[in-house]
Amino acid sequence: MTATVQTLTNWLLSFRDVVEENKQWLTELDSAIGDADHGINMARGMSAVADKLTATAPATPGELGKAVGMTLVTTVGGASGPLYGTFFLRFGVAAGTAEELDAPGLGAALRAGLDGVVARGKGEIGDKTMVDAMAPALDAYDAAVASGSSIAEAASAAAAAAAAGRDSTVPLVARKGRASYLGERSADHMDPGSASTAFLFATLAETLR
Amino acid sequence: MKKLINSPEGVVADALAGIAAAHPGLKIDYANRVIYRGDSPVAGKVGLISGGGSGHEPLHGGFVGLGMLDAACAGEVFTSPTPDQMLAATKAVDGGAGVLHIVKNYTGDVMNFEMAAELAAAETGVAVKSIVVNDDVAVQDSLYTAGRRGVGLTVLLEKIVGAAAEQGRDLDSVADLAAKVNSLGRSMGMALTSCIVPAAGKPTFDLPDDQMEIGIGIHGEPGRHRVPLAPAKEIAAQLVEPILGDLDFTGAPAIVMLNGMGGSPLIELYVMYGEVKAILDKAGVPVARTLVGNYITSLEMAGCSVTVLKADDELLGLWDAPVSTPALRWGV
Repeated sequence: MTATVQTLTNWLLSFRDVVEENKQWLTELDSAIGDADHGINMARGMSAVADKLTATAPATPGELGKAVGMTLVTTVGGASGPLYGTFFLRFGVAAGTAEELDAPGLGAALRAGLDGVVARGKGEIGDKTMVDAMAPALDAYDAAVASGSSIAEAASAAAAAAAAGRDSTVPLVARKGRASYLGERSADHMDPGSASTAFLFATLAETLR
Repeated sequence: MKKLINSPEGVVADALAGIAAAHPGLKIDYANRVIYRGDSPVAGKVGLISGGGSGHEPLHGGFVGLGMLDAACAGEVFTSPTPDQMLAATKAVDGGAGVLHIVKNYTGDVMNFEMAAELAAAETGVAVKSIVVNDDVAVQDSLYTAGRRGVGLTVLLEKIVGAAAEQGRDLDSVADLAAKVNSLGRSMGMALTSCIVPAAGKPTFDLPDDQMEIGIGIHGEPGRHRVPLAPAKEIAAQLVEPILGDLDFTGAPAIVMLNGMGGSPLIELYVMYGEVKAILDKAGVPVARTLVGNYITSLEMAGCSVTVLKADDELLGLWDAPVSTPALRWGV
């Protein structure tokens, strides 16, 4: 099995639905340690992504990534817009002109996205950011592909690792973003960016299953 | 929530329309939410752009005009504008001498302006430099945080750097001057009340009548600590001492701003300025220029901030140069 434009479109529509359903919860997580807008901003951005994909129907995964990235960059604002926008822009560039992505191809595109997020946000593992969910997800994905797993199995491994990474942010003291101004008071709260990233990989796994 | 608005979601657009109605000398791009000076682009002049979340008025749109900014990008309330807005402004104000982005140090603002600069380089070849303002001494440990926030010094920097650009200095010189101003200014703020983001509809934090927050930013975020309410004289000391402890201001002429957060009357700001000036006198910091009023606000928050800039003849000359904007106007 491979990831076609249709598969990736279904993934993003599913992510849109899950973000919308959990908009309130993501915003509450952000109220505790940030500026109380993560769910609202992500829901607005993914709604715009769904409209864009319906209106333009990209021909390749590469075109899809670039369209999704630019839409998020121009509609989300704050820190999430550039971070998720960069993720999908780099995903699109890495996917190139391929008609569809096999397991290693999807992994390479996702990792290019992660590298973009790290470069943009200068976040490292343990800073209490979305990187805490995304980096383990990609490591798990690559390990699964290297040991001969299918694309669906690799995506499931990534989803499980992203969820574990999300949970690992709870005790951490934030070192990046607005939560960092709270110092020790940022501990004992889940990072909202890691929570939305865990949804991103959960919906990918469900779509490829 | 009692506010002078039509709807929470329309507040930014409606305010832009009001600015256009009040100041016909400015040009407004409603689609991109950018305020331009009427004669932009000015041929041969470095273009100055700033922007940020709305709710800090008059910053930044009130500082667009001769001798200050060429354009200001407005985001949603307390949310950074997006790179496409900044890219549109960058293209529109380039008069052939390049563009300086003036960015307050918040994670979202910094990343969105970075992307705008990358897009400008890729699409247009316009030379872009950036200054990230980070003057807030309330944030102490910058190794383990996103760094000091950009607050009151942004106003003084936009004035001084704007004057230099107006005089025809090139992009490198203007950017170097911005870095110099940023290195010589410090700010500290406090709040008596929280503020209500229109879309949220309720105060961002609860602050009992007998308490105040010291070391706030400009988004209703919590301060460094919460302490019992005190007389103005003691509040002034709590704001000025961390500033003087962070940089040696003695002997050099200072430009001082006593800024209201939006909900404190001018009479109280003058009470505070009197106390601040007395402390600076005693500390051997000669005040050369003063600004008292609401210049960088946090919606209807009651409270104030103090900014002190260690100036020299160059900076004082640029400060005194003509400026004609909605919120600052002299020498013209």
